[in-house]
Amino acid sequence: MSTSTEEISTGGHVHSHPEAPEQGMLGPRPSAKRGIWSWLTTIDHKRIGIMYGLAALFFLVLGGLEALLIRLQLAVPNNALLVGDMFNQMFTMHGTTMIFLAVMPLIAAFFNFVVPLQIGARDVAFPRLNAFSLWVFIAGAVLINVSWFAGGAPNGAWVGYPPITGPQYNPGHNSDFWVMGLMLLGVSSVAASLNFFTTIVNMRAPGLSLMRMPVFVWMTIVTNILILLAFPPITIALAQLMMDRMFGANFFNVSKGGMPIMWQHWFWVFGHPEVYILILPGMGIVSEILPTFSRKPLFGYPLIVFSGAFIGFMGFAVWSHHMFTTGMGVIAVLAFSVTTSIIAVPTGVKIFNWIGTMWGGNLRMTTPMLYALSFISMFTVGGFSGIMHSAAAADMQQHDTYFIVAHFHYVLIGGAISALFGGIAYWFPKITGRLMDEKLGKWAFWIFFVGFNMTFFPMHILGLNGMPRRIYTYHADMGWNFWNHFCTAGAFVLAVGFLLFFINMFNSLKHGEIAGDDPWDGRTLEWSISSPPPEYNFAVIPQVTHLDDFWHKKQSGKASASWDGKLIHMPLPSYYPLICGVGMFVFGMGMIFLKDNMMVFLPIAVGGILLLTFAIFGWALEGPGGEMIDPTKESGAYN
Amino acid sequence: MSHAAAAVDHQHHHEEHHHEEYSYTGVTNKKVMMWAFLASDCMFFGTLISTYIIYHGKSLTGPYPVEVLSIPVTTASSFVLLMSSLLMALSVAAVNRQDIFQFRLWIFLTSVFGAIFLGFQSYEFTEFVLKGVTVQQNLFGSTFYTMTGTHGLHVAIGVFWLFSWFVYSFFGNMKDKAVDIEVAGLYWHFVDIVWIVIFTVIYLVEFVGVKA
Repeated sequence: MSTSTEEISTGGHVHSHPEAPEQGMLGPRPSAKRGIWSWLTTIDHKRIGIMYGLAALFFLVLGGLEALLIRLQLAVPNNALLVGDMFNQMFTMHGTTMIFLAVMPLIAAFFNFVVPLQIGARDVAFPRLNAFSLWVFIAGAVLINVSWFAGGAPNGAWVGYPPITGPQYNPGHNSDFWVMGLMLLGVSSVAASLNFFTTIVNMRAPGLSLMRMPVFVWMTIVTNILILLAFPPITIALAQLMMDRMFGANFFNVSKGGMPIMWQHWFWVFGHPEVYILILPGMGIVSEILPTFSRKPLFGYPLIVFSGAFIGFMGFAVWSHHMFTTGMGVIAVLAFSVTTSIIAVPTGVKIFNWIGTMWGGNLRMTTPMLYALSFISMFTVGGFSGIMHSAAAADMQQHDTYFIVAHFHYVLIGGAISALFGGIAYWFPKITGRLMDEKLGKWAFWIFFVGFNMTFFPMHILGLNGMPRRIYTYHADMGWNFWNHFCTAGAFVLAVGFLLFFINMFNSLKHGEIAGDDPWDGRTLEWSISSPPPEYNFAVIPQVTHLDDFWHKKQSGKASASWDGKLIHMPLPSYYPLICGVGMFVFGMGMIFLKDNMMVFLPIAVGGILLLTFAIFGWALEGPGGEMIDPTKESGAYN
Repeated sequence: MSHAAAAVDHQHHHEEHHHEEYSYTGVTNKKVMMWAFLASDCMFFGTLISTYIIYHGKSLTGPYPVEVLSIPVTTASSFVLLMSSLLMALSVAAVNRQDIFQFRLWIFLTSVFGAIFLGFQSYEFTEFVLKGVTVQQNLFGSTFYTMTGTHGLHVAIGVFWLFSWFVYSFFGNMKDKAVDIEVAGLYWHFVDIVWIVIFTVIYLVEFVGVKA
């Protein structure tokens, strides 16, 4: 947290003369425009977005392999592939990886790449803070996964309930890795949210009033407000668990009067908004794809915007529906049952608006459109099972069964991943300059779609037949054999769908059809510039006069504004965000092993903090810097 | 290499400089970000203070808060912290009118007052440990140290930050730094306000109905 406030003190608009390279505390500032150093020191939101995306896809594959191992273990009864603690580690890391290391950073990739382009800005409000978020995310992600090689991965489920994760029942370092890793990821997310909140509030092009913002930008700002308000409770809860584990405090220690139920409250005060953090950006992406491929404006734009904001607001009022079985009392259960039912209303409003957008439209069934349709249909299925859970009496039966597993995978894969993959297919030409192959893209989509439903639909049946989640095996006579076997087969089909998508990405990167600036006949500002966009995005900052401004300008023949001859001021790259990330990683490692050997690990932790402090001072003293770019002399692309 | 834009004349450079500070709302980026951060920090301290309240009276063993909390000592330290907010306001006013001498004086005193508050807190923590209140002892210890410790960490970061500005003013140009000081001031006032809540809820309310 401290680091994000320190950013404020960076004051310096050091305007050195352009002839002399600027000096930082480590000598000259980085100047590489190509190669590994240019990526490690970059502050360009597009490059940071690409790195977020690649890291996220890497962890998506890792989390996917973990899922396949889980499915292999459960394929037949009394299997002995992953037993007991190993199975616990696997499902804990699967959940943690998918939510924090795959879906959230993939969303961050879209925030980074798309939002500045859609609001007509040349970068985010704080470009170096943006790089800081990326490197702290990488630090946290690596830190959690180091645990595999350091005595065992986290094993207390992604919800980490004490006392299972407390010092009494989990004496190894498994949960220490989880606690420290999530704290680093929290710092990264909050820093990124401060940045994107400020960017959207302040960096919009002239005339781009709130109700002219693309829906994706709207959902981004709502999501970032949710992150800002939801991450502090989990950070404190993690700090409390850390105090219990490392310093013998009693927050969740029943023998001293502590109440483990409080962890559940703090966790879900974060955890439920987190669900909307994962889904709202997907809703934003779908709201961009559908009008483009229906060749109609978004139906009911204000309703979609207000519904999204209302979902964000209500997201803080439903957390205890995860805790209906804990004995909260009738009043609490009723209250949260009602709020949970209410939150379905704005979601339904959106679904009808999306259908309205397509109604009577000139539909083009491209790959992004297919993923968007998959989002609407599969998210609706997940929404229906969600509504079932709002009825507390029914939820008592469904709680902790495979019915819940089916529900949230429909929301997170059928919903979030569908939308995000649709987003990749939609913006791939903008990011790389080449279109993804449509034929392979459609194959990948249908295999994904069939595999997904094969894997997760039967889990509804398994859950209603009483199969609990998080068990590593089951008896052959429980009646669960067939559907478990079927789910495992489906998981491999689903994996092939993902694999084909990645092959398509990789191939299209080299051999894809050249896209041009505006391959989809788009509506928003990112399609008005070249693909890939130049470093400075817009040679001239656009003047916005309408919702779907680029579409209007194309219709009225005013689409291309020419360069006005002014040089473009861009901030300089920096080493310090990367050094901050390294410092936080070292600090985290020191803290995890602190109890084992104070003499060794206390200096390591302190060393990490010192490195961080050094980087913050270097950061503040070098200032954002600046160079003047002549758009006629720049090649533009970042690769 | 676009340092190569060497032919830029000064006039041009200044135009671009203004362009860089473009803001849709007219409020500077740093200020928007600090307000957003403070909103986030409200949830941070909200969680800590609620935890304290929820666990209040739930300790199974002593020492209990009413036996160790000292209103006179903490009143003195709270007064010091509140006065530091006044000094902070004076620093912001001074840098706004570019009165560097006064700025140095007030920002130095602000950080000294912050440091005095931290001194009080170290004294208080030492006293408490001597009376048997440790993190491990009971729920009061766990919640009290975590909450006031987090607040103390915020104060320490603030002291470090403000003192860095004091040092910076001797070798750096303060001309375009008024916004940075104002933003640091927002942070500092917020940390003070949080202390008012902690002092009221944790210290004063504890003694409601208790005869001296």
